[in-house]
Amino acid sequence: MMKGAFVWAIFALTLAVLAAAPFFLEAYGLGLLIGLLGYVTLASAWGLFSGRTGYVSLATVAFFGVGAYAVAALNEVLPYPLVLLVAALAGLGLALAVGLSTLRLAGVYFVIFTFGLAELVRQLVTWYEINVTGTLGRYIFMDLGPEHIYWQLLALAAATLFITWRIDRSRLGLALRVIADDEVVAAHLGIDLARTKLALFALSSVIVTLVGAIQAPRWTYIEPAIVFNPTVSFLTLVMALLGGASRLWGPALGAVPLFLLFEWLSANFPNHYSILLGLLFIAIVFALPKGVFAFAEMHLKTRGGEKRIVPVEAESKP
Amino acid sequence: MLDVARLSVSYGKHVALTDVSIRVATGEAVVILGANGAGKSSLLKAIAGLVQPAPGAGVALDDKPLTGIPAHEVLEAGIALVPEGRGIFGDLTVSENLDLGAYAHRARKEAPRNRDLVYQLFPRLVERRHQRVATMSGGEQQMVAIGRALMSAPRLLMLDEPSLGLAPVMVGELFSALKQIRHAGMALLIVEQSVRKSLDLADRGYVLEAGRMVGNGTAASLREDPVVQRAFLGMAADA
Repeated sequence: MMKGAFVWAIFALTLAVLAAAPFFLEAYGLGLLIGLLGYVTLASAWGLFSGRTGYVSLATVAFFGVGAYAVAALNEVLPYPLVLLVAALAGLGLALAVGLSTLRLAGVYFVIFTFGLAELVRQLVTWYEINVTGTLGRYIFMDLGPEHIYWQLLALAAATLFITWRIDRSRLGLALRVIADDEVVAAHLGIDLARTKLALFALSSVIVTLVGAIQAPRWTYIEPAIVFNPTVSFLTLVMALLGGASRLWGPALGAVPLFLLFEWLSANFPNHYSILLGLLFIAIVFALPKGVFAFAEMHLKTRGGEKRIVPVEAESKP
Repeated sequence: MLDVARLSVSYGKHVALTDVSIRVATGEAVVILGANGAGKSSLLKAIAGLVQPAPGAGVALDDKPLTGIPAHEVLEAGIALVPEGRGIFGDLTVSENLDLGAYAHRARKEAPRNRDLVYQLFPRLVERRHQRVATMSGGEQQMVAIGRALMSAPRLLMLDEPSLGLAPVMVGELFSALKQIRHAGMALLIVEQSVRKSLDLADRGYVLEAGRMVGNGTAASLREDPVVQRAFLGMAADA
């Protein structure tokens, strides 16, 4: 109980400090924090579905881009809260359509499909913009300062972590751990696989859509190649993997160092950025397939394990 | 209670079951005998909704048709399977595995009571409830698997080779637990290699050979059946 209260206090304190950050930071620092929070949220939302079910999705950017485009298309028509709502609904609709048709696919087929989906959505938007609206890019002029965008992202990130925490402790969380292990037995336990996976995919996708929507005003100008850039999907994935995709804090903690590293790389090696990125992906997957958390835990356990005879405390969770 | 009619199952070109019909009455214990590859597991899987039977089959629980409905709904209808190899989750604790057993809607309200019953049946699990299942012995894991199936409060419990790979002492313990479950009024459908023990437990039995039903009768008559004796009981030693 004490420990629980302590963790909550830390969480609240961190949130308060982060919320106060815009009053102390320069524009660059705030911009950096916005980007960072964006990826923390993306990676956490990715982990919420893919980390728990084992279905690796490369469709992150499809939802991200849909969110951004919804804002671009509607920001002069509807009040801002409604714009966000419509964006979330668009993401939800896409997630349900995609989920219903693909969550039966297993393993690599799902990965390929989601990757294809992101490209498909990008091509569709491009086609629409060229043939119907007659432009390729759109401008977003909104009265939102960077600090507002930052606060919204912070709220979304906190909500994502909170929802994930709740799900992990619920009956659904237990079901999810089992689906990744053995779908046949899971079905046999009375778990409605299709519905469980679909619900989680939809939830995760709506969060991703909102990240795109909230960040959209930052860019002022968007076009399909920017907001549907597949690198977003890959970065999200590798951040979540680095931290440990199936853990509550894993994706967030993976996102922080990698985001800063990518910022530094793209500033200092703009021409070799992609190559360095690729090498890093490979290194992470080879060296830490289950994330740094699991890696550290394993080493701590094997060191401590020699002293213990009976494996106790099997329940301890991060 | 359970009525299986004209059930055929094939995996691609390989035919596992041909035209098999069985019945299990309320509270009855029924054993399926047969050599490896006779189709016993396929029969249980088809009833559980884990494999699709060929068209024309009829599976029903108390006249509620179960053919072609997904596995999680079969469980909701009241049929639980303890799969071969147990299918328990080694990274979870005993208590978490049992929680999963009560995932079905039908089982949620009664979960605390059913948990007490499981712990009464397998007192050893009480002291181990916070232990990771992977660290336990085969016999204890089988207890978890059976306990988890019981958590769904089934009306019919199906067990696929529950004694497989267990030490003889554990097999004895397992069968006395199954007897208790039976006396509590739950119907049992068991696929088992340990023929003598399962015939002692069962009311009736069916004999499968190469995917076809070749015999059935009361447990007593099967025990006396020369074919069964020769094939499964090692008659010479028995006489």
